[in-house]
Amino acid sequence: MLLAVLSGFILAALAPWLTRSLQDKAGWVLALLPAGLFVYFLSWVPVVVAEGAQVVAYPWIPGLDISLTMLVDGLSLLFALLISGIGTFIIIYAGGYLHGHEYLPRFYAIMFSFMAAMLGVVLSNNLITLFVFWELTSITSYLLIGFHHEEKESRWYALQGLIVTVGGGLALLAGLIMLALAGGSFELHEILASEELRDYGFYAGMVILILLGTFTKSAQVPFHFWLPNAMAAPTPVSAFLHSATMVKAGVYLMARLNPGIGGTELWLYALGIFGALTMFTGSFMALRSTGLKAVLAYTTVMALGTLTMLIGIGTEQAIIAAMTFLLAHALYKAALFMLAGALDHETGTKDITRLGGLRQLMPITFITACVAALSLAGLPPLFGFIAKELMFEATLQAPLISTFTTVLAVVSAIMIVAMAAVFSLRPFLGPLKETPKKPHEAPLSMLIGPVVLAGLSLVFGLAGFLPATALVGPAVAAVHGAPLDFDLYLWHGINLPLMLSVLAVVAGLLLFWQWDRVLAVYRRMTFIDRFGPERGYEKLMDGLVWLAAWQTRLLQNGYMRNYLLTIVLTTVGLTGWTFFVHTGSSAPLGTIEFAVHEIVVAGLVVLGAIVASVTSSRLGAVATLGMVGFGIALLYVFFSAPDLGTTQIMVETLTVILLVLVLFRLPAFQNLSSAAARLRDAVVALSLGGLMTLLILAVNAVEVTDRISDQLVAWSYPEAHGRNIVNVILVDFRALDTLGEIFVVGLAAIGVYAMIRLRAEDRKK
Amino acid sequence: MSTAMGSLILRTAARFLLPLLLLFSVFVLLRGHDEPGGGFIAGLVGAVGFALYMFAFDAARTKTLLVIPPVVMVGVGLFAATASGILPVFVNLPFFTALWWPVELPGFGEVKFSTPLIFDIGVYLVVLGSVMKIVLALAEAEE
Amino acid sequence: MQTIMAFLIGALFAASIYMMLRRSIVKLVIGLILLSNAANLLIFTVSGLTRGLPPLIPEGAALPEGGWADPLPQALVLTAIVIGFGVLAFAVVLIHRAYEVINEDDLDKMRSTDT
Repeated sequence: MLLAVLSGFILAALAPWLTRSLQDKAGWVLALLPAGLFVYFLSWVPVVVAEGAQVVAYPWIPGLDISLTMLVDGLSLLFALLISGIGTFIIIYAGGYLHGHEYLPRFYAIMFSFMAAMLGVVLSNNLITLFVFWELTSITSYLLIGFHHEEKESRWYALQGLIVTVGGGLALLAGLIMLALAGGSFELHEILASEELRDYGFYAGMVILILLGTFTKSAQVPFHFWLPNAMAAPTPVSAFLHSATMVKAGVYLMARLNPGIGGTELWLYALGIFGALTMFTGSFMALRSTGLKAVLAYTTVMALGTLTMLIGIGTEQAIIAAMTFLLAHALYKAALFMLAGALDHETGTKDITRLGGLRQLMPITFITACVAALSLAGLPPLFGFIAKELMFEATLQAPLISTFTTVLAVVSAIMIVAMAAVFSLRPFLGPLKETPKKPHEAPLSMLIGPVVLAGLSLVFGLAGFLPATALVGPAVAAVHGAPLDFDLYLWHGINLPLMLSVLAVVAGLLLFWQWDRVLAVYRRMTFIDRFGPERGYEKLMDGLVWLAAWQTRLLQNGYMRNYLLTIVLTTVGLTGWTFFVHTGSSAPLGTIEFAVHEIVVAGLVVLGAIVASVTSSRLGAVATLGMVGFGIALLYVFFSAPDLGTTQIMVETLTVILLVLVLFRLPAFQNLSSAAARLRDAVVALSLGGLMTLLILAVNAVEVTDRISDQLVAWSYPEAHGRNIVNVILVDFRALDTLGEIFVVGLAAIGVYAMIRLRAEDRKK
Repeated sequence: MSTAMGSLILRTAARFLLPLLLLFSVFVLLRGHDEPGGGFIAGLVGAVGFALYMFAFDAARTKTLLVIPPVVMVGVGLFAATASGILPVFVNLPFFTALWWPVELPGFGEVKFSTPLIFDIGVYLVVLGSVMKIVLALAEAEE
Repeated sequence: MQTIMAFLIGALFAASIYMMLRRSIVKLVIGLILLSNAANLLIFTVSGLTRGLPPLIPEGAALPEGGWADPLPQALVLTAIVIGFGVLAFAVVLIHRAYEVINEDDLDKMRSTDT
């Protein structure tokens, strides 16, 4: 299981190389991994159906009893299957869509990282692990949206998506930590078993913080604007991330936490109302879009809103509807996106109004689009119909907000029917229109995914018991907290939901018929663009830039000594204040005892430091600095540190060499400051020096009884076989520290080398 | 600069001192676990030896004498140090657990070969390589 | 001696800050060297000074005889000295390079270069 999650990262590292060596076949070969994962996750289905949720633990730091745990239940399996299954087709599809693209290897690397991160999100049992994977999906998604990084627009939208989702991520982190405090554990299965989450003192704050994270990720109103903009990404990315997986991470988390923190009024109102509003906004904006991908993006917003609303309603009916809708949506949306990409790829335009009459030239695309769009519109005999009927039933039975949700659901459904018709009929029927490219059928790699996924929509619709027992059932059990007995089938008899469906279809087709007029109406509604939440985002970003510029002008004034003065005076002020508050104005002087040789060396060091500060000759300064350095080396030796003494002598020698090599190529000392400035600096410097002296005196007065190192000393010979304890600490006890330190030393050398190379290159020019 | 500073006495001294300092640095490195010394000090001693030689002669000659380019030394050193930490992972011990292989060498007594020793050698190479890279780069920029 | 060292370190800090506040770029380098020495001595001193008892275990024993100086700060300071040198080398070359590019020793006149 661990390998299943991490294999994506491993393949991501190899992907660039594999893509280059496999050439045209790369997509097909690379798709073997997600396909294999899909089969692997399928093999877990019988286990989960029979035995319920499984917690898989891997000891990580056994000494501290920290292990990496994963939660495999119906919900995580449903997501894992969608991610790996749709992922398989997307990888194949990308091979065709980005065929011969310069950055295809990079694309696969990021795509597999993303897939692995997403699997990590849905399979993590630990909140922190979950959060890390969550943020990884944001970062990889940023790289994918900005895939066409030469285009300014791509970069802007990528950054927008990142800032919105990561901003929400910050709130989520706080929320998850509160959740862990409330539940007394970071492990999901333990938290969800806790009965006291809803009585937690900060319950409302915790829920709001978590929802800020999930709402931004899952593009709920008012954060929905980033998702349609994320369509700047290549189509395979849109199909995978922004329809089937990443945006559903938020939905996943809400569903996951539902048994623990759901079921309260806050939960119902927050999710129910925002979800319904998102559902309406998504379909309302979809209706006015003319871009193939934009239409689908807004219908995704609609679907995410629907899912959030259903989870918020939280009745048994609603949970069943949510999981069914989730599966149905993933199947048709991925198919539709891939078809949109195929149309764009083969004709050269994404604008629906510029497409027409392609039914003869692209027959497979046409038929598949019809099937998938029927599922989107929620018509029988497709799986989408079952999902929509269940959704209507759930909204009708919703507590407290049933009128509100039902009205919005029906209005949305009408608009979605119209857009499903627009999407599947406009490009294909009527006279053939002139397009930038000469259209022909897309290659196999770009059709296999849509055909299989649309086919599944049909099969699941006709044989509802298949998903009901294997996929939706276990997921519902996980979200509801206990298994529910239910079945999925097309015909429920003539009832209210069916009537609502009929109403939606009829009204939707009317809208479709009059779509050109609808567009004209929309065009007059310019306020949407002028006052939408996206403007708010832009204002916020402008404000941030202004604030940064203002504080930079204030703080970063370019005078080195001003920075230093600020730092020193702040240190002296704060430390000094604390010091006097705690110890009073008297510092214990301690006993003054010394040996003659010690005091002589100490005196020379101080003398050297003073001379180095006031001398007007560079050579003098270097010589006295040497005196200071060697004096300190002697002090180390006097006080039982032979290793330090030797090191100091060597470094001192090298420092002199360094100064000789460089310093004498710089100008001679000059007195640039006025006498007043020198006096001020002397006062500041002495105040810090005085403070340090006082601090050391105060520390000296503290009697230290047990030292950390006593244990190290005791272990040194018996355990680490070394008699020089300092060296044993360096290379054994604290080897990881030392490793970091030698990396710093190596980096400094490379830095020096780079700067000198830079100079040599400048000279050549 | 090399000609201005490289007096005859300095050259003669450098020629004698370098092998002595190098020998000393290896000695300090190997005994470092038991007596004062270790990778840091040994690396610095070696670097001082080479730096002295560079002052007496020139950077190019010092480079040939070093045989291995300093940057490679840094790389090998970092690799050795990291590898000594990863090695125990392969025998299912936590990262950076020390492993010991005491070897009985005829006529030399027991030698404690261990991952900390590999680590210390890594430190030695990084310090020597880094300092030499800095000093040589500066001296070459000069010329 | 702890008391005397406290004054010695104070003097080193004062000298280093004074030098770093000068406008001449070369004096900044000297200030840096003094600062790193002062910081190392600070860590070394506050852990307590011990005469003539280096943290070495004699052959055949399991512990150093008759007490020992704290080895942990020594280990910390040892790497700090070497890193201090690396950072110093970097700073010196950086300053040298800055001087070469703008041909100016006065830090005050360097302020318009980083915008």
